[in-house]
Amino acid sequence: MNAVDFLAQTLRIAVPYLLAAGGGVLSERAGLIGLSLEGYMLGGAFCAAVGSYYAGAPWIGVVAAIVGGGLLALLYAVSAIRYKADQVVVGIAINLLAIGLTRFFLRLIFDSSSNSPRVPGFDLKGSGTGFLALAHNPLVWIGVVGIPVIAWVLYRTPFGLRVRAVGEHPAAAASVGVPVVRVRYIAVVLSGMIAGLGGAYLSLDQHQFTDGMTAGRGFIALAAIIFGRWDPMRAGLACLLFAAAETLQIQLQGTQAIPSQFVEMIPYVLTIIALAGIVGRARPPAALGRTTSE
Amino acid sequence: MSRRAAIEEALLPPLVALLLAAVVGDALILSFGQSPGAVYKLLLEGTWGNAYGFGQVLYKATTLVFTGLAVGLGLRAGLFNIGAESQLAAGGFCAALVGLLLPAGIPALLCLPLYLLAAALGGGVVGAIPGVLKARFGAHEVIVTIMLNFIVLALLNYLTSARVHVPDTLHTPEIKSGALPRLGDMFAPFHGSAANVTILLAVVAAVALGWYLFRTRSGFELRAVGLQARAAEYAGVNVASVTWRALALSGAIAGIGGLNYVLGYKHYYEEGFATGAGFLGIAVALVGRNHPVGIVIAALLFATLSQGGLAVNAIVPKQMVDVLQAVVILAVAVSVPEVRRLLSGARRRSDA
Repeated sequence: MNAVDFLAQTLRIAVPYLLAAGGGVLSERAGLIGLSLEGYMLGGAFCAAVGSYYAGAPWIGVVAAIVGGGLLALLYAVSAIRYKADQVVVGIAINLLAIGLTRFFLRLIFDSSSNSPRVPGFDLKGSGTGFLALAHNPLVWIGVVGIPVIAWVLYRTPFGLRVRAVGEHPAAAASVGVPVVRVRYIAVVLSGMIAGLGGAYLSLDQHQFTDGMTAGRGFIALAAIIFGRWDPMRAGLACLLFAAAETLQIQLQGTQAIPSQFVEMIPYVLTIIALAGIVGRARPPAALGRTTSE
Repeated sequence: MSRRAAIEEALLPPLVALLLAAVVGDALILSFGQSPGAVYKLLLEGTWGNAYGFGQVLYKATTLVFTGLAVGLGLRAGLFNIGAESQLAAGGFCAALVGLLLPAGIPALLCLPLYLLAAALGGGVVGAIPGVLKARFGAHEVIVTIMLNFIVLALLNYLTSARVHVPDTLHTPEIKSGALPRLGDMFAPFHGSAANVTILLAVVAAVALGWYLFRTRSGFELRAVGLQARAAEYAGVNVASVTWRALALSGAIAGIGGLNYVLGYKHYYEEGFATGAGFLGIAVALVGRNHPVGIVIAALLFATLSQGGLAVNAIVPKQMVDVLQAVVILAVAVSVPEVRRLLSGARRRSDA
């Protein structure tokens, strides 16, 4: 495999991470933990498959994924903001709900407990797996361009300023007239929609939904956010780094150079190291996780 | 707060949650064109209605009691242990390793302390890591335990597949000594079910934890830290030390739960035996309101649901149960603060 193939494969793996992490940054910077990114992705992947299957067009699948991810995020937001439920518990519940709902409706709609039938995707016939195929997939573009756009929104727009304010000091933000609750709702629902796109990429790329197909990618995105210290650009770089490690692992398979399990651990180990502050402390938004105590 | 008010506040959220789960369950069953009454009847018959089904419920509840107690203990100290799954797996793995080292023919009673120690150590070490990182560096235990789940499970997969597995399987060789008897060996009707005497260990663990939390000085300190860490610190409690010890103990309890599968059921460690038990442990602790008695009841409830899913699978998808479990967790999480607000509002009005 040459360098170009390596980069293409890295990007291919990185796209769902980029989308989930990009969405997750918005939620976390607004003070809401992104524990349910995994659930948004899974819901998005399933809705994309259903939409694409029935409409025969992947674009409809993408729209369905945005709706699915957004609805799950709305449920999270209502529970955590309106009802002040514990974010960690609700986040886990949303993930379990996404697993349960996708399994149930997989049976109900497609009468299968493992996978959907083949659904249309974005790929061009005969374009292979290199950059040409990637360039033909609009979700790749959204993933790559999305990160700088989210950074721009967060740091250069009034909405971004408000998101950061409610995540750092909601009381102060409220005192200068920022509608804290509304900003949080918008940030969380956006995070679900964008992470849902990450899920859509997975199922449309593989032309089917399979049970549990996100396989922890939402947590890798969460790790990238923390490792990137809650900054969109750095989180995006972390996604690329984690994806490169995976590509390397696929390369090394069969050579027994490093057991694949050790490569799998890399994102998580790096995140713990970053959190423990052994090399430069990762400091979360001050009000992260605190919608309960206000 | 009076005792009655405290009980109301503890019991209302789970009841609301069950009601809501029943409503969602009805909707799912109807969407599949079946009658809810018939499905629930089948669910009960397949679980509490016959000895085999009931044995399976007891087996599943045993593991959930351990992970539920582990999560509940953490929450009493104000710490969220999301790592019960990997602690359970590590405990089971260490017990299986000890089992491979012990020669055949040693009486179970002599082996059991060794197995207990190995399982507690395995889970305890995995639990102590986030404890120390939190106490020493302030790293948030939620994130660390999640990340550690992936790390530890990958490590165990490596050790199993590269070092001690039976070729072409994902499990270790069978242990030769100290397997625990199944209930079916003693009471014929349970025959075929996985329920085994680890259930006694679960009951002992629940009683011991209740005694520790509510009757010892150390348990009191732990609860004080959970209620108000700053105040506990001023009262002379060493919060850092309580923090890491609580998470280590929590991990040890989850680790011992691994014996249910390794000593009681299969007699070997297998990749993935712990899958989902950690998250369900959170559900169990939540519904059981972090009280040992509540946790045992909640473990039976969730075990009934997951076994019940298999019982109804012929007419509605068993995946319905996954949805219901999530609904219960969500509903309890949402109704706990809501019930507290409503009750305290009602009290204020009646006082005025």
